[in-house]
Amino acid sequence: MADTMQFDLVSPERKLASGPVRAVQIPGADGDLTAMPLHAPMITTLRPGVLVTEGAEGATRYVVTGGFAEITPQGASVLAERAYPAGPEGREALEAILTETRDKAAASSGPDKDRLDKLASDLARTIETIT
Amino acid sequence: MPNLKDLKNRIGSVKSTRKITKAMQMVAAAKLRRAQDAAEAARPYAEKLADVVNGLAASVADSPTAPKMLAGTGSDQTHLLIVMTAERGLCGGFNSSIVKVARYRAGKLLKEGKTVKILTVGKKGREQLRRDLGAHLVAHVDLSDVKRVSYENAADISKQVFAMYDAGEFDVATIFYNRFESVISQIPTPKQIIPAEVPQEAETSLLYEYEPSEEAILEDLLPRAVTTQIFTALLENGASEQGARMSAMDNATRNAGDMIDRLTIQYNRSRQAAITKELIEIISGAEAL
Repeated sequence: MADTMQFDLVSPERKLASGPVRAVQIPGADGDLTAMPLHAPMITTLRPGVLVTEGAEGATRYVVTGGFAEITPQGASVLAERAYPAGPEGREALEAILTETRDKAAASSGPDKDRLDKLASDLARTIETIT
Repeated sequence: MPNLKDLKNRIGSVKSTRKITKAMQMVAAAKLRRAQDAAEAARPYAEKLADVVNGLAASVADSPTAPKMLAGTGSDQTHLLIVMTAERGLCGGFNSSIVKVARYRAGKLLKEGKTVKILTVGKKGREQLRRDLGAHLVAHVDLSDVKRVSYENAADISKQVFAMYDAGEFDVATIFYNRFESVISQIPTPKQIIPAEVPQEAETSLLYEYEPSEEAILEDLLPRAVTTQIFTALLENGASEQGARMSAMDNATRNAGDMIDRLTIQYNRSRQAAITKELIEIISGAEAL
């Protein structure tokens, strides 16, 4: 059995990571999931959260703010809306997005507000986990 | 014959023009590098997204529950033309070539009795289109304060487009932009973005599991795909603009050089003529004595 698979993390503006990994933990919209080589093909949307890859040089953590992931037996591609390496830089960026989302949530109503509120709480939880 | 002083001033002014065009060319070259890098960096995302959307769309396209953005509104009466041009001029035929293609398309659609609406991105296109198609301009996106095009700029444009689509203000949307081929060649390209064009012979892709449902994902992905197409177009346009400006300014620099040479020859000739004339006057004066 193959023990690594190709992993790509891309955002619209740049490619953040690409290379072989043993496993990748993805914050799916319906719950976290871990993809390993020979995973059944699937496509899922993402919620804001932490993405962890297990590569040759240990675990690497990234934060993503949404998007979707395509998993095939040969590899996983994550197309994130915005993605940052977990760290001070990512934290700062997320905090800016959180403030913006809260402002937007305060200004909207109905299902839109529910959606934005959920997004904000997901973001807040993500920020807590990367400190 | 212009006098020597005038010629000298003229040469001086052409020289400073050459300096300016040379500087603009070098600035454009540096910006072109950056724009090309940005376009390059955005490509993996766009390609992957297009792959997934095509696969999904092919499987959903025939079902009656297909999203409106994919299936269309069922008519093609009202067309929205999104014309993307530069905010600045002095870049050769860059702006005019896009406007020309858009104008041709608008003319054709109007002749077929369709309704045409135009959304302009970039000041130059608006200025050119206002003359004959002013009545059709519905909206304008100003990017003059934007130094580096980001995904958010594309998202702003697409949000505006989606709002119009949801309000039923148009049936078909097409973007017009310059595809970057090389520094000397940019190809004005129309591309239909709504309803999304699905390739007919989509290869039988893997049987994916979808989480949440297929429809929900498609609902999420289609707007994203459209935004990405707009983003790609913006980036290509940015690179094309710099490429066009670079070659235009290169030409201008060369022309200024030629002009300086010509003027210098003329200057030397007239100086020589003046000296000869003075000599003749002195000699004939001396002989007359």
